[in-house]
Amino acid sequence: MKILYFAWLRTRVGTAEETLTLPSNITEVGAMLSWLQGQSPKHESALADLSVVRVAVNQEYARAGDPVSDQDEVALFPPVTGG
Amino acid sequence: MIRIQTEDFDPGQEIDGITRGRTDIGGIASFVGTVRDSDGDDGITAMTLEHYPGMTEKQLAALEDEARKRWSLLDCLIIHRVGRLVPGDRIVLVVTASSHRADALESCAFLIDWLKTKAPFWKKEENADGERWVEARAEDTDAANRWEIS
Repeated sequence: MKILYFAWLRTRVGTAEETLTLPSNITEVGAMLSWLQGQSPKHESALADLSVVRVAVNQEYARAGDPVSDQDEVALFPPVTGG
Repeated sequence: MIRIQTEDFDPGQEIDGITRGRTDIGGIASFVGTVRDSDGDDGITAMTLEHYPGMTEKQLAALEDEARKRWSLLDCLIIHRVGRLVPGDRIVLVVTASSHRADALESCAFLIDWLKTKAPFWKKEENADGERWVEARAEDTDAANRWEIS
């Protein structure tokens, strides 16, 4: 699974992009986030407050109950501030 | 039409481009967003905009589709800049053209309100103390929510 990080999430995780193998028993966005928190102390700290983390799966906004698989492109980012 | 670019744009030229050769347009509305030199008490010396290439274009195209469904539009243009900008620089342009002013004005407000809460752009401000990521504002979400879209 390709995971992209933007804005302060990129800074705090320490990378813009990484490829991880999603365990096959994880099928929803919420469970994926819990799994990601356990990847490293940096992940845990960056993802400590999920109320300020937005998730996109294949470039569409996704919620905790939405499906996700190892083939997907996932992006994590803070609430957007364009315009 | 959607354009993401680092270079500046000329609002007048863009509007001319929309109206050139046509006589069915009755009204054109536009919004130009620019970089302020302060945010409350904090002076801002520069700002860097980053985005999520691919998703940005998809989100903006979806917003344009929604605007065209809700209002009778003859044309629609969204330009958003990325990269480092300084106070006074233009950031974003929204132009809508219609036979009548209400459709142009309302759809233009809708597009900028929704762009601010949906399109994956992030601003990092530079000030005398260093730099910081801009936080999303509740007022922006309220402004978007008045258009009742999920």
